[in-house]
Formats: sequence, C-alpha cells, structure tokens
Amino acid sequence: MRWFKKDKKKGVSHQSEPVTKGLLIFSDTADVMQAEQILKEENYDIRVVSPPPKYRSGCDLCVEFPLVEEVVITRLLKNIGLVPIDVLPASLNGLKPLQLCKTKDFGQYVMVRAANMKITVDKTTKKIVNISGGGCPDVPYLAYEMVGKLLSEAPEPTFIGSTLCAYSLNTARKEMLKIIGD
Amino acid sequence: MLLLAGTIPIKGLSLLLGKIDVTEQEVMVDDQVLDINRGTAAMMAAACTVCQEYDLESPMGLVAGDIGASDGSSEIYEYLANNLSRMDVKVLTFHYIMPNIKWNQKVLEKIRSLKEKPILIADAGGMYAAKAGGDSGCYDIFTPDLGELAFLADEKAVHPTYTRGFIFHMEDDVPELISRAFKSKNTARTLFVKGKVDYICQDGEILEKIEQPNIEALESVGGTGDIITGVISGLVRAGKSPVDACRIAGKVNRRAGELCHPTPATQVKDIIECIPEALTEVLGRKG
Repeated sequence: MRWFKKDKKKGVSHQSEPVTKGLLIFSDTADVMQAEQILKEENYDIRVVSPPPKYRSGCDLCVEFPLVEEVVITRLLKNIGLVPIDVLPASLNGLKPLQLCKTKDFGQYVMVRAANMKITVDKTTKKIVNISGGGCPDVPYLAYEMVGKLLSEAPEPTFIGSTLCAYSLNTARKEMLKIIGD
Repeated sequence: MLLLAGTIPIKGLSLLLGKIDVTEQEVMVDDQVLDINRGTAAMMAAACTVCQEYDLESPMGLVAGDIGASDGSSEIYEYLANNLSRMDVKVLTFHYIMPNIKWNQKVLEKIRSLKEKPILIADAGGMYAAKAGGDSGCYDIFTPDLGELAFLADEKAVHPTYTRGFIFHMEDDVPELISRAFKSKNTARTLFVKGKVDYICQDGEILEKIEQPNIEALESVGGTGDIITGVISGLVRAGKSPVDACRIAGKVNRRAGELCHPTPATQVKDIIECIPEALTEVLGRKG
C-alpha cells in the first residue's frame, strides 16, 4: 500500500534529541503492527516501542513518530480505519522490541531465533518445518498457518498475528529470508 | 484436582471445563476434540499420560479459543477469578494465554483467599503475565527456555520481545541469568530452564544440570517445552516435589525425543507418543 511518499529523516541521535517524538497508542497490538507496516511503507521515521506504564497490560506495543507529523499521520491512519485511542509525547527511554537474532545451522535445516520465537526452515525446499517458543495465544495459530508452507508464501506473522510473540516471529522470519532468500 | 488452563487456537471456541481424555492423536475436553500437536493441548496430553501412569484421576482442562484477540484468554481469567474457591484445585498450571497483568492479579488475589493454596506452575503467557506484574513470587514452578530466562533476568522487560540486547547476549552464561532473575525476584521458587542443557534450580541455586541424551534437533521442535510443563504438572499432582518433578520431566523429555529419532522437522505429537515408554524407563531407573 502506498499513499504518498516521504523522505525519511535520518542521522539524528535519539539521545541528543529534545522531546520531538510522540506515541500512538492503540487498543490492541494487531493495530500497532498494521500501523507500523503502513507508516514504514510511506517512509515515515517511526518505530515501535513499549507504551508508557499506564497503558501496559502485559503484551503491548505502540508507535513512536515525529510529533511534527502528527496531523498527517493520524489522518492517514484514520482513512484506513486505524484510530489510536491516545496520542501523547514520548519519553526518550522507551523500551524497543528486540531486533537481534541468533542462528543455528542443522545442516539440511536452519533455525533462527528472535527473543522467545524460533522458526526452522528446510534449506533445500525452503519450507517452514517448525515454529517453536512463545507464549501468547496466537503462537499455535501462527504455527498452523505457516508450518509446511514455503517461506516466501507463508503469511507474515504481523499480518495474521496480534501479539508481541507474532512481532518477534516476524523478526526471525525476516532474518531467515536474509539467510536463505525467498 | 490438577487443573490445566490455557487457550486453544480455534477462533470462537467457547469456554470449556471438563475432564481431559487423551488418545494417540487427540485430546478431548468436555467432548471437544483438540489437536494434540500444538500448545496447550500438547501440554495436556503429556500431563494426562503421567496421571495414567500413576493411576490418578484425569486432569481437568479449562480452555477457550483464542488466536490473539484475547477473547478466550479473558474468559479463562474471569472464570478462574470467579470460581476457584469452589473447585478444590491442588495443582494449577497456566499455559498459553494472553499476558494480562490486571486479570492475572485478580486470579492471584482469589488464590490468596483460599484456605489451601494450590501449587502454581506457569509456562508461556501464564509466566509472562506473572513476571510482568511482579508476581513471580506467588508461583512454585516456572519453565522458561533460554529466551524466556533472559526476559526473567531483565527487570525492565514486560515481555520477552522487550528483553534488552545486552541481556539477550548473556545467554551463554545461564548461571548469571538465573542469578539475575532470582535477585530481582522475577522467578518462581523452582525453575526448570529448558535448553541444550536443562537447569533445575531452587531459590536461585542450580541443583542439577541435565545434558544427556543430547538431541540437538529437539530445540527446533515446537511443543517440546509444552511436554516438559505437562509432565511436571502430572508428577507434582502425583506427589513429587517440584524439584523431583523437574528432574524426572527433563529426563523423560530427552528420552522420549531420543526414542522418536527426531529431525528439526519432527512434529511434537511423534514425541508425545513416546512419553509412556520414556516415563516407564526413567521411573524404573529411579527405582
């Protein structure tokens, strides 16, 4: 999906920034993941972070965005039915989802782990043979939907999942694509 | 009773409470057939197998459908908060469930009001909710894998996805992670850390490491952790101490894995089929 292109602003350290970022708070994590996907496609300089404590229930994400672009971003999201329950200034020390991965090579198979989620693929067929780890309720559902399918054809966890475990699985999936290609 | 609570990946499945029956391919709760190959149902199958070995009554299952929308999870939390006082639960295991700190604390509040507190075991989302809410001390057994241990060791993380990078990189030093988790009061009293080497700990002290048989492929098989949690639950119900239950479960899981000659593509139902034989062997060895 592409609405209008923007140049991504880069090169400014978060540590040296004044509070120029805002947070988009949504009622559920699936909306956050959808908003992230859309805003990244539109080249907005956004990232997902942990929401402030008063919004935490145990499995939460929110979108950090440049405050100056609040109006255009919220309008863009509203047009596709994604309305945040709150928009507020961001602190500078919000926790970020882990993006680091570890890889294990089993010969015919390779496994990638991000945080608590693992995906294993047959290097020859490029089929997903196992998904393990995690604890949120969509993890077994994601396994049903993805195992046995080609890595390139299996649904993206952030499209069909709703939780932070789905987010981590997607991080592992992206790393797997880098390793074995699609 | 042994009560096993967790979500099932069936959209719209109503809350069910009933005796768990298990066959080679299926688990049944209140006449609802559940696929044995994933999550809560795999854990239930393992627990049932242990209860059968000890001629115990079948565990009870409390399940509801949830594929990430929290609907089934909320029903389970609510049912527990409203009904635990009428259920005579001796051992309660929390498994796949949306981590929800407030709902989990309502359940714990109910548990604290009981005359006899059940033994509490938590894995998966049940463990995440406990840690995120600062309630780990209420639990008797946690069963994290390495990624989850790093989460327990990171006092700032509210979910494994938020584990900070420098702690994620400490996974080669499992004793340090165990120590960090214990010092920050983010573990249950007994900890079974699942990995290439399994660690059994109590009060922050490593009591035993299980390394053999070393079946590398098991790490990638979804559901092996569910087996361990289920076997521990059954053994605790049979009267084993948490530490002894962990010792036996670690050996049973590895032996069952060995018996089915797994590859990284093996599905967990194939390992579950081998639990009875593995259990007999391990218990026999223990005398």
